[in-house]
Amino acid sequence: MDEATDDRLDPLAVAERWMDEGRTLALATVVETWGSAPRPAGSHLVIDGDGNFHGSVSGGCVEGAVIGEAMEVIGDGEPRMLEFGVADETAWRVGLSCGGRIRVYVERIG
Amino acid sequence: MDPYLLRKLNRERAARRAVIHLTDLGDGRDRVIREGDPVAGDLGAAVAAAFRSGRSGIVAAEGREFFLNVHLPPARIVVIGAVHISQALAVMARTAGFDVTVIDPRTAFATEERFAGVDLVADWPEDVLKARPLDAYTALVAVTHDPKIDDFPLSAALKTGCFYIGALGSRKTHARRVERLTALGHGADEIARISAPIGLDIGAANPAEIAVAILADIVRALRRRPLAGDGA
Repeated sequence: MDEATDDRLDPLAVAERWMDEGRTLALATVVETWGSAPRPAGSHLVIDGDGNFHGSVSGGCVEGAVIGEAMEVIGDGEPRMLEFGVADETAWRVGLSCGGRIRVYVERIG
Repeated sequence: MDPYLLRKLNRERAARRAVIHLTDLGDGRDRVIREGDPVAGDLGAAVAAAFRSGRSGIVAAEGREFFLNVHLPPARIVVIGAVHISQALAVMARTAGFDVTVIDPRTAFATEERFAGVDLVADWPEDVLKARPLDAYTALVAVTHDPKIDDFPLSAALKTGCFYIGALGSRKTHARRVERLTALGHGADEIARISAPIGLDIGAANPAEIAVAILADIVRALRRRPLAGDGA
């Protein structure tokens, strides 16, 4: 079984399970990549209102920042587009060590 | 994301149907599109291209920006024949990330001992494929040498449009197979899709090496499958 078929690892299956448990959720999705981005477009990170998360949008480089934004999104319901790149090229404190750039769309589920 | 759409998306994926989750990045509205669903205009063309390439990404259409997340069913391999080659192939294919099912009605071959941990069905392909049909994201590998066992699944794979179809046997054996498949109503172009002799020509000299050749052939078929406009 690969990630896409294994319900324990698949972020969208986890999201549905968490939703059924009544948790409030945000879904982060890599929508665009440039250079040597660690995760391809379409990769998901699901985050609940307590900051629990599953999946990945990078190799662990920017997840912390995405989770912080996800808390805001769960709070106000407004989707956000985040961009991460090498640290000195963007306003973000965090960056991708691999030198790539990614755009991550964060939205509330429900 | 609409909670109802999350359920629908997961349902479609579990049923091995190709779907795209489409999100308007301007207002956040989303929908799930099944392969074959009509979508008009430039967006429709982008959706069709995404189903073919399997690549997710942003497209601009109708003055708006959309994200297309493409969910194609994970590729799997159905092996007809619980033979020595299949024992090696089942292990290698799983390592490479494929789901593998081995089917053989001959209970002397299809034993748990020979295929520990492998999805193994000791039954006729006719019966197994009724319950678990082939699809475009399945590779069909027929290695029994026995027309009574191999021919039905080969014919079913041709009708279904499996992304890879391979059959073991010498050129002479295959020539007789071509005659039988022709008699079943398959055209020459269709039959030419069958990789026979099976596998890439790497001079494989034993069952494990033949399994390598077959797996490499399958990976090539998966990654280099023709896109519309390639003239293929």
